[in-house]
Amino acid sequence: MTDTETRQSKRAEQFARLAEVISSRKGERGALMPVLQEAQAIFGYVPQDVQVAIAQGLDVPLTEVYGVATFYSQFALEARGEHIIGMCLGTACYVRGAQKILDRLSQELDCKVGHTTKDNRFTLNATRCLGACGLAPVMMIDDEVYGRLTPEEIPGILDKYKGQKAS
Amino acid sequence: MDKIRLTIDGVAAEVEPGSTVLEAARSIGVRIPTLCYLKGVNEIGACRMCVVDVGGRALQAACVLPVTPNMVVKTNTAEIREARKTNLELLLSAHDKKCLSCARSQNCELQRLSKELGVEDGDRFKGVMNVYEVDELSPSIVRDNNKCIVCRRCVATCSNVQRVSVIGAVGRGFKTQIASPWGKSLSQTACINCGQCIEACPVGALRERDDTDEVWKLIADPKKHVVVQPAPAVRVAIGEEFGMPMGSRVTGKLAAALRRIGFDRVFDTDFGADLTIMEEGYELIDRVKNGGVLPMITSCSPGWIKYCETFYPEFIPNLSSCKSPHMMAGALIKTYYASNAGIDPKDIAVVSVMPCTAKKFEAKRPEMSNNGLADVDAVITTRELARMLKEAGIEFERLPDEDFDPLMGASTGAGVIFGATGGVMEAALRTAYEVITGEELDRLEFKGVRGLDGIKEDTIHMGGLDVNVAVAHSTGMAAKLLDMVKRGEKNLHFIEVMACPGGCVNGGGQPIVSADVRARVNPAQVRAAGVYGEDEGKAIRKSHDNPEIKKLYDEFLGEPNSHKAHELLHTHYEARARY
Repeated sequence: MTDTETRQSKRAEQFARLAEVISSRKGERGALMPVLQEAQAIFGYVPQDVQVAIAQGLDVPLTEVYGVATFYSQFALEARGEHIIGMCLGTACYVRGAQKILDRLSQELDCKVGHTTKDNRFTLNATRCLGACGLAPVMMIDDEVYGRLTPEEIPGILDKYKGQKAS
Repeated sequence: MDKIRLTIDGVAAEVEPGSTVLEAARSIGVRIPTLCYLKGVNEIGACRMCVVDVGGRALQAACVLPVTPNMVVKTNTAEIREARKTNLELLLSAHDKKCLSCARSQNCELQRLSKELGVEDGDRFKGVMNVYEVDELSPSIVRDNNKCIVCRRCVATCSNVQRVSVIGAVGRGFKTQIASPWGKSLSQTACINCGQCIEACPVGALRERDDTDEVWKLIADPKKHVVVQPAPAVRVAIGEEFGMPMGSRVTGKLAAALRRIGFDRVFDTDFGADLTIMEEGYELIDRVKNGGVLPMITSCSPGWIKYCETFYPEFIPNLSSCKSPHMMAGALIKTYYASNAGIDPKDIAVVSVMPCTAKKFEAKRPEMSNNGLADVDAVITTRELARMLKEAGIEFERLPDEDFDPLMGASTGAGVIFGATGGVMEAALRTAYEVITGEELDRLEFKGVRGLDGIKEDTIHMGGLDVNVAVAHSTGMAAKLLDMVKRGEKNLHFIEVMACPGGCVNGGGQPIVSADVRARVNPAQVRAAGVYGEDEGKAIRKSHDNPEIKKLYDEFLGEPNSHKAHELLHTHYEARARY
């Protein structure tokens, strides 16, 4: 199979799973939230065609699906990268230069905050306080914490994740 | 059940159980301010303008608070006044406050409350503003979120009344906005252009696309012969824009006003309505006699047409092939009238004055043309015409009564009742009955199809035939009726659908009536009384008796549904994507 064919068959299989989820919950009061959550688990995010499938399947207006998906920050409308970077912009980190770290991340990854790199490897987010102020400035990549960061360390840290799949 | 007694600001009140504090207060003449509240449509307690003190820990929203026995309500304490004012100022802090250029200036609920509650400084909570791009791509509706107060009256109307659901709340907190999914323009959605969201909007966040400039240009162009036609519902509503009582009948003044601002010919869409009855009536008779698709469904309402094409495409074969009255009239102005007057159709421009924003979309449909010329060149709403008249310095209420121009200006009582829900049905029945039975009707009124019940049904005996008819108004009610037809629960021959609740008199292009007034009176009912009054006063009340219609068939079209009539007066439809 070519890459395109592989992607297509994976997508078809994901939609088949979504259809099962929808039919198991159809008619249930308040079905939209759990279906959206399961859709995100299946696809990793909830893009337009997935939301349309949910609207059609549950017979709820697309505006309602989209309204819920944009209300809760747990739902991602764009594909997320293999690794999620969360750079803390809480007060302690901020006064210790978090913005410079974030700028360096953005520059190294060629990616704006809140978005995903073109190669789909990283999603770069700015977060509120991560609760590790003693390590400020601090960031998390997936479940790993990096503290007392300097901009110069960034390329080295990112290198560790190249060619490595998320756990 | 016993009534519930309570005290509001020291005054005793007695109301039905289940009433809200807001309703109780209004019943004794206490005006609690509201913004997000739209009776029967949006009752969600979101804006907190209606807060009252019922002795609890916090102030309560009166619009969603049920009355309880012996409740003691205070609506006017220093604390309440301050709370309301603060809420209002917070709303204003995210509002663009460009009142001078706003279509709703002096007719805006936010502006009115700012004045009433004594907001002295609109910038008290000055801070970050959300800046939104104005959506001007729809041919009918402009959405400007810079003026939106996120009250959701439009959302409730679009979803619950119309069952269209193309706008909703998106995002969260301060960034919440009313929008279509993925920030699409209304023109890229299943929006049916009915404009009921505009009627629901308390501010200027939703308005009609303004085509008055285009009309002024046509009038000013010496090479253009500009012909205007107003719809039935305009004549019972436009007076309101000039301070006249709701539902005032101003047909004669309307004709005079149109002439004074420079239109070359003033025809009447009521003539087009009579013609529609001829074409649609004969189409129905043909379908019944020759086993055509039934029930046949009316096609006068372009909001309904797009709704059917998008949400119920399986009913497209049921739609009458007739164009709507103003499109029929437009097609004839550029053929029949043009040859009568000896004017090149290319030099004629047709302007329709409509109670409707969907007519703007309809006029741009490619199939609404003949020989490469659009049937109608511009559509303005009742509100836009009122603005033009004000701009021209016309004192509408002092105008004399004038008549429409001959050839396409005569109409019958059957034509004018098109403005109210059930009117097309009644007009069609008056003609169909006499054509089928060959007998004259004793009573012209078909009361079973009048009034504001969401779905009305009746059976009319015509000769040996029992004709089952139904009338639905609002697309939500149309959906309900069609679902019943689909399930085989209804055996109908003929259905009238109007997209707007109450029909055209309450169309999306009509003068705005505030939520306050709507809570007390239904403009659809008051204005409908105007069209039925006009019908009663007409010498001729059946479309087939209109002398100008007879002349049109004698001299130009031949007979109803003739080849020529089909070419000019009939159309076709297409299924449309919902998402």
